[in-house]
Amino acid sequence: MMGNRRGPHGPRPKVENPGVILRRLFSVILGHYKFHCLFVLLLIVASTLANVIGNLFLKTLIDSYITPFLHEASPNFAPLLRALLLMACVYYLGAAATYGYSRIMISVTQGTMRSIREDLFRHMESLPIRYFDTHAHGDIMSVYTNDIDTLRQLISQSLPQLVSSAITVVSVFVSMIALNIPLTLIMLAMVALMIRVTRAVTGKSGSYFIEQQRNLGAVNGYIEEMMEGQKVVKVFCHEEASIERFNQLNDALYQSADNANRYANILGPINNNLGHISYVVTAIAGSVLAIFGVGGFTLGGLAAFLQFNRSFVQPISQISQQLNSVVMALAGADRVFRMMDAPSEEDEGYVELVNAERDANGDIREADHRTGMWAWKHFHKADGTTTYVEQRGDIVLDGVDFGYNPDKIVLHDIQLYARPGQKIAFVGATGAGKTTITNLLNRFYDIADGKIRYDGINITKIKKPDLRRSLGMVLQDTHLFTGTVADNIRYGRLDATDEEVRAAAELAGAAFFIEHLPQGYDTMLTGDGANLSQGQRQLLAIARAAVANPPVLILDEATSSIDTRTERIVQEGMDRLMKGRTVFVIAHRLSTVRNSDAIMVLDQGRIIERGTHDQLIAQRGRYYQLYTGKFELD
Amino acid sequence: MVKTLLAQVKEYKRASVITPVFMVLEVLMEILIPTLMAALIDNGVNKGDVRYVCILGCIMAVMAGLSLLFGVLAGRYAAKASAGFARNLRKSMYENIQTFSFQNIDKYSTAGLVTRMTTDVTNLQNTYQMILRMCFRAPITMILAFVMVVRISPSLSMVYVVAIIFLALCLYFLIGRTHSLFRQMFKKYDALNASVQENVSAIRVVKAYVREQHEVDKFDRACGDVYDLSVAAERLLVLNAPLMQFTVYTCILLISWLGAHMIVGGTLTTGQLMSLFTYTMNILMSLMMVSMIFVMIAMSRASGDRVAEVLNERSNLTNGEQPVREVPDGSVAFDHVRFAYSEDGKPIFDDLSFSVPSGATVGILGGTGSAKSSLVQLIPRLYDVSAGAVRVGGLDVRKYDLETLRSQVAMVLQKNVLFSGTIRENLRWGDKNATDEQIERVCRLAQADEFIQTFPDKYDTYIEQGGTNVSGGQKQRLCIARALLCKPKILILDDSTSAVDTRTDALIRQALRTELPGTTKFIIAQRIASVMDADTIIVLNNGRIENMGPHEQLMRESEIYRDIYEQQMKGIEAGQADETEEAQKGGDAQ
Repeated sequence: MMGNRRGPHGPRPKVENPGVILRRLFSVILGHYKFHCLFVLLLIVASTLANVIGNLFLKTLIDSYITPFLHEASPNFAPLLRALLLMACVYYLGAAATYGYSRIMISVTQGTMRSIREDLFRHMESLPIRYFDTHAHGDIMSVYTNDIDTLRQLISQSLPQLVSSAITVVSVFVSMIALNIPLTLIMLAMVALMIRVTRAVTGKSGSYFIEQQRNLGAVNGYIEEMMEGQKVVKVFCHEEASIERFNQLNDALYQSADNANRYANILGPINNNLGHISYVVTAIAGSVLAIFGVGGFTLGGLAAFLQFNRSFVQPISQISQQLNSVVMALAGADRVFRMMDAPSEEDEGYVELVNAERDANGDIREADHRTGMWAWKHFHKADGTTTYVEQRGDIVLDGVDFGYNPDKIVLHDIQLYARPGQKIAFVGATGAGKTTITNLLNRFYDIADGKIRYDGINITKIKKPDLRRSLGMVLQDTHLFTGTVADNIRYGRLDATDEEVRAAAELAGAAFFIEHLPQGYDTMLTGDGANLSQGQRQLLAIARAAVANPPVLILDEATSSIDTRTERIVQEGMDRLMKGRTVFVIAHRLSTVRNSDAIMVLDQGRIIERGTHDQLIAQRGRYYQLYTGKFELD
Repeated sequence: MVKTLLAQVKEYKRASVITPVFMVLEVLMEILIPTLMAALIDNGVNKGDVRYVCILGCIMAVMAGLSLLFGVLAGRYAAKASAGFARNLRKSMYENIQTFSFQNIDKYSTAGLVTRMTTDVTNLQNTYQMILRMCFRAPITMILAFVMVVRISPSLSMVYVVAIIFLALCLYFLIGRTHSLFRQMFKKYDALNASVQENVSAIRVVKAYVREQHEVDKFDRACGDVYDLSVAAERLLVLNAPLMQFTVYTCILLISWLGAHMIVGGTLTTGQLMSLFTYTMNILMSLMMVSMIFVMIAMSRASGDRVAEVLNERSNLTNGEQPVREVPDGSVAFDHVRFAYSEDGKPIFDDLSFSVPSGATVGILGGTGSAKSSLVQLIPRLYDVSAGAVRVGGLDVRKYDLETLRSQVAMVLQKNVLFSGTIRENLRWGDKNATDEQIERVCRLAQADEFIQTFPDKYDTYIEQGGTNVSGGQKQRLCIARALLCKPKILILDDSTSAVDTRTDALIRQALRTELPGTTKFIIAQRIASVMDADTIIVLNNGRIENMGPHEQLMRESEIYRDIYEQQMKGIEAGQADETEEAQKGGDAQ
C-alpha cells in the first residue's frame, strides 16, 4: 500500500545510521556463530599466508634451487624434490583452508538468513492487526525474500574477502614503512583519495540501492495484489490497464537498478586506475629520491617498493568493490530492521486461563490436566492472593467508545451484557459497527473509553492469548491454510484427535462434502482453499471453531454463502454447537437471528434498540421496519 | 530456456554488445600497463633514467585514463543492459500472465508468481551482468596467457591442457549436481513465500485462534527446508575455488619439477620459467573468474527455468481464426455441454443442455457445491467446455474475440476483489472512460450511491487492499456497480448479494429489471426470494439440471425447490410480518 501510494519519484532515500545497522547485523551474525567466525578468521589467515608464502617461494625456487643446477655436472634433484613437497603441503593446506572457511561461511550465511527470517516472522506474528491493515501484503513478503537475500553476498563473499584483503594491506603497509617513509606518505595520500572517491560513489549507489529495494517491494506488492485478483482482471478485460500500472512501477525499478549498478560498476575501474596513477607518481618521486640518494634510498629499494605498491593497491580496490554488496545489504537490512522494530501488540494482561476442577468443598482449584472446566487465575497484587473464577462466558460492555483513529469515534457508549449461554445478535446496516464490536471483544483493537468485562474481569487484565483462546471466532472473510482438510479443522485445537475432527465436521455439516473430496479429510488445500466453493469454505471455518470448543462463540456472517437448504441441515448441528455457550451472531438473514435471547439493533455506532424478537416486533421500531422490509438494512 | 530468455534482451542489445567491447578495451589496457611497469623498472628505475621514467609515467597515466574511461563506460552499459534485461523479463512475464486463462492461472500460486518475477529475475539480472562483464575478459586473459605458454614450451603446455580438461569435468559434475538441488530449493522458497503471504492475509484467524506459535513452527520448518537445500547446493559449489587452487598449484609444482629438468637439459631458461609462473597466475585468476561465472550460472539456471516456464506458458484459450467482434444479442444456449476442470478430472457437467432468450432473467438455485459457479463461468469463456458448446447470441463462444465476449458478458464473481485505489478508480474498471454521471447512475442502480455519499471523501474514498475498509455488503454492491458500468448484454451475479439485506436485494433486482430490460441476467442466489420472480429458474443438483422453469411450475414439479421455498418462507411466515413481505413480492410479480 505504501508503495502504491508513493509516486516513483520521491526524494532520494538515504540509509540512516549505516554504522548502527551494520553493528546490529554483526551482532546477529556473531550472536549465533561466534566460534564459527573465529575459526573462519583463522582459516582465512592461513589461506592468505599460504598464498603469500607461495608467491615468495617462486622467487627462491629459481634463485636457490634451479640456478645452482646450471653450474653442476650431475645435479642432485633431491633438495628440489624436498622443497617442492614442502610447498605442496603449504599449497594444499592453503586450498584446504579456503575450502574450510567457504564451507563454514555457507552455514553462517544461510544460518543467519534463516534466523533473521525466523525472528522476523516471530515478530510479525506479534504485530497488531493495524500493521497488516496499513501495509501492502506483497511489500511485507518482499522483506522476507528480496531484502534478506541481499545479505547472502555480503556474508558469504564480501566479509571473507574484506578480511583477507585487510590482512594483505596491513602486512604490505608494514613492509612499506620499513622501506621508505616519504614514499609511504605519498601512497597514503593516494589511498586517502581512493577512500574519498569510494565514499562518494558508494553514497550514490547506496541511496539508489535503497530506492531499488523499495521499488522492488512496491513491484512485489502490486504483483501480489493483482495476481490475487487476476480472475477479476480477466472478467473485466482489465489486462491493459493493469499492465500500464505495472509498467510504471517496473520502469521505476529499472531506473533505480540501473543507477545503483552503474555507480557500483564504476568503482572498480576508478580505484584500479587510481592505483595505476599512484604507481606512476611513486615511480617518478622514487626515482628522484633514489637518484639523489635521499636517505640512502636505492634503486633496488624502489623496485621493491613498486612491487609493494601493486600488492597494496590491489586489495584496496578489491575492498572497494566489495563495498557495493555492503551498501546493498545495508539497504536490505534497513528494511528488515524497520519491520523488526515495528512495535508489537502490547499485552499487559496477567490473568490466565487454566484448567480447573472443584475440590471436596466445591472450591475451584487449578488442575494439571484437561478437565473440561476452565477458570481465570487472577493474582491480586494488593494482597498477594490468587483467586480462581470459573470461566462461564459472562460478557459485559459498559460505556464503550471506540475509533480506528482517535479523532473519529465509530462506536458510541455501547452498553450490553450477555449472560452465559445466551445468544446475542447484532443487526444493522453495514458500517454500523457490528464487526467492530466483535473485534473489541478479542482485543484486535483497544477501546478508547469504557470497560469490557469477561466473567467480571476487565479484559485488559487478561492475557491476550488466553482471552482469544476463550473466544471462538468465525470471521466474515474465510481464510484457509495450506494443508489437508483435517489440518485446517484441527487449527481450532491442535491436539484434537481424528474422531474429534470428524465430529466437528459433522456438527458443522461439512462432513458430507469432505467425504466426497478425492482424498476425504486428507485432501490438500492450497491457495486459501481455492479448490473449494465459498460455502464449503465457510463450513470448514465453522468446523474449525467447533473443534476449538470455546465457551464464547462469535459468528460474523458465518453462513452467508451457505445455501439455506444446507443451512437447514447445518442448523441442527449449529444449535447443538451454540448450546450452553454465549454466542454473538452477526447475520443478514433475520431468520438466523430470530431465536436470539437479545437482539441489538445498531445504527451509526450506537445501539438504538434492544430486546427479544417478539419485544422488538411489538415495539414497532427499526427492527420491525427491517423485518418487514420497510427499511433498508444496508 | 536460454533462447527464451535472451529473446527478452530486445532494445538493450546495443548496450549488451557495447559492454564486452569496452570490457575488452579495458582488458587490453590492463595487460599493457603491467608491461609498461616492467619496462619502467628495467629501463628507467634500474638505470636511473628520470626522463624515461617521466615519459613512460605520462604514457601510463594517459593509458590509465583511457582504461578508466573504458571501465566506466563498460560498467555503465553493463548496468543498463542487465537492469533493462530484468525489466523486460518482468514486463513480458506480467504481460503473458495477463493472457492466461483461468486454467493457466490455477496452475500457479500467487506467491510462486511473485517470486518468479522478483527473486528469480534479480538472480538472472546479476548473472547477465556478470556474464557481460566477465565473459570476454576472463577468456581473453586466459587465451593470451595460454598462447604465451605454448610459445615458450609446447610440451609444458600439455600440463595446462590436462589441467583444464580436469577442471571442466569437475565443473560439469558440480553444476549438474547443484542444478537439481537449486530447483528443489526454489520450490521450498515458494512455499516459504506462500507461508508469509498466507499469514499476512489470514492474520485475523491466526490471532483469533492464538496460533502464532503454531505458525512460527510451520514457518521455521519452511526456513529449515530452504536452509538445508541451500547449504547442500552451495557446499558443492564452494568446492569450486579450492579445486581451482589445487589444480593451479599442482601445475606450478609440476612445471617447477619438469622445468628444472628442462633447464638442466638446456631447453628452457630461468627467465622463461619465471614468465611461465606469471602466466600460470594469470590463468589462475581468469579461471577463478570463469568458475565464478559458472557458479552464478548454476545458481540462476533454476531461476531461468522458472522464468522461462511462465514466458512459454501459452493460454489455452485463444481467439479462433477471424474472431467475431460483435455479440448480436444476449441469448444463451448450452448444447450437450461436458466440462471438467482438468482433463483427467471428474466431469462437473455431463451432457448439460438448456437455452434462454435474450433479455430474460434466469435464477440459479442449488446446494453448496452443486456447480452453480462452474456453470456461469462457461458463459464468458473463463473455461472451455470439454465437449458440446456454449452459445451466446446464437454463436459458439469460441468463435468470438475474447475481449469482445467478455466486455459483453459482465460477471460479478463470488469471491469479489476490490483493489487498492479510490472508489472511482475501482468502478472505472468497468469502463475506463465512464463519466461521473454514468458512475453515479450505476451506483444508484446497485444501491451503492447512498452509502458512498455518507463517506467524507465520497467517490474518492480510498479502498485498502482487498477492500478491508468497507463492509461485505458494501463491497458486493460496489462490485455490482463496477459490472453494470460495462453496459453488458449479459450480466451474471454469482451470489453477489449474500451480504446485502433482502430489501436492498429486491431494490437492486427491481432496478435491473426496469433499467436494463434488454440485458440477460443470471442470478445465483441462496435466498429463494432473490430468484423467485425470475423468468425461469434452474435448479441444479450435482451438476445436473433437476428442473427448470418459472416459480409456479417448479412449485408443482420440483421437490427440491418446494423444499427450499417452504423452509425459507416458514421463517418469515412465523413472524407477523410475512404477509407484508408476501404482499410486496406479489406486487413485484405483477
